Amino acid sequence: MIRTIKTEEVTKNIREMCIEANHYLSRDMDKALKNAVESEEAPLGKKILCQLQENLTIAAEELIPVCQDTGMAVVFAEIGQEVHFEGILLEEAINEGVRQGYTEGFLRKSVVKDPILRENTKDNTPAVIHYSVTEGDKLKLTLAPKGFGSENMSRIFMLKPADGIEGVKNAILTAVKDAGPNACPPVVVGVGIGGTFEKCALLAKQALTRAADEHSKIAYVKEMEEEMLYKINRLGIGPGGLGGTTTALAVNINTYPTHIAGLPVAVNICCHVNRHVVRVL
Amino acid sequence: MDKHIVTPITAEVTKDLRAGDYVYISGTVYVARDAAHKRFMEALDKAEECSIEKGQEEVERKQAGALPFPVENAVIYYMGPSPAREGRPIGSAGPTTASRMDKYAPRLLDLGLKAMIGKGKRTQSVMDAIIRNQAVYFAAVGGAGALLSKCIKKSDLVCYDDLGAEAVLKLEVEDFPAVVVIDCQGNNLYETAVRKYAKEV
Ligand code: SF4
Repeated sequence: MIRTIKTEEVTKNIREMCIEANHYLSRDMDKALKNAVESEEAPLGKKILCQLQENLTIAAEELIPVCQDTGMAVVFAEIGQEVHFEGILLEEAINEGVRQGYTEGFLRKSVVKDPILRENTKDNTPAVIHYSVTEGDKLKLTLAPKGFGSENMSRIFMLKPADGIEGVKNAILTAVKDAGPNACPPVVVGVGIGGTFEKCALLAKQALTRAADEHSKIAYVKEMEEEMLYKINRLGIGPGGLGGTTTALAVNINTYPTHIAGLPVAVNICCHVNRHVVRVL
Repeated sequence: MDKHIVTPITAEVTKDLRAGDYVYISGTVYVARDAAHKRFMEALDKAEECSIEKGQEEVERKQAGALPFPVENAVIYYMGPSPAREGRPIGSAGPTTASRMDKYAPRLLDLGLKAMIGKGKRTQSVMDAIIRNQAVYFAAVGGAGALLSKCIKKSDLVCYDDLGAEAVLKLEVEDFPAVVVIDCQGNNLYETAVRKYAKEV
């Protein structure tokens, strides 16, 4: 049965999601920070983690964005194939939601119209939108505003099959080490393994939207997530990069089939302000 | 060690600051990031062109005057705030990555800039300029913009309004928390503290 969704509903929801994501972190991030405060060994690191918690409280109570870099809006739109849209073009509806959310919600406009000419679009549009078609008659929207302090430290490695799992682990550690204090640690590390050049980057971005306390369903991947988290937290970088035992709060890895000749690995680093809001229409 | 310091910051003050000190800064702080720094450099180039035949001293005098804020013993905060809600001086206001200003910082330090607040690593040439000018680099906690905004009591536009979130602002701050990362002797907390907590894998 075909189900009709009015695109004005999409606009309204995206608008609210932009504001929500930038003022309240999801529960899993809250919990991860709380655990980190307890386990952190460095006194300064502990102090910084406490400040991050206090920051979240102030953000929620006084409606001040958690971070001033309210990000570029990344949207995953999973469209059930029985959905029919009515109204303006879906893409326009999403961008209109971003426009309204960022202007009416007192969020920072950080998008420039052209990467070289660099004129600000003044309403944080356009969003980066990834569409996929799924079964059913629902529209699932995931909004993940992405700050660029950590985005700038993300990497792609085109490894050789012979590099194997050790090569992948080294790539992850290298990316986190090089990011150091710049990515606002403690970070969440999204990793994509497999696919093609662009597919592994997308996998890594998607991995960041997975809850911090949820593991991969593939046994060896789950093991690798745990091992990498352990190893990253022994690098010494710590909260704010000022030394400590909490460098990452989670490592989320997604995989996909790939070519016989390749082993692409993307490491998308996100700060502790890992924003993601999901709504199903 | 916890220290309270008041701007403007002189060499008298920076000489006693050590990497790892926790400081609370009060007073005037100027806000500028990438686009504003680019304009500072254009203003300095212009002043240099106009006075180069009158000698180095005149160039420096003209250059200091060409900047839209008094650079001598000043503090620059690398930051681009979110818009203020009604009745508030500023929105969320945490530090941005300092390395994007590395290209410009040594020139400002040589003109008298004494302190920078940001987050993340600096290049060797910034490190050298910090030592040469008895300056200091502070880190504020990245991603704590709501918390840090509470220490900002007043915010006035200085110039470059057209740059939006990148305009130059003059802030009055009270007990703004920061950590000394690079001190005037060239100690770098990002290196020493990380080594201290790094463990065998
Ligand atoms: S990296 Fe994250 S926490 Fe740091 S400034 Fe950017 S958005 Fe904020």
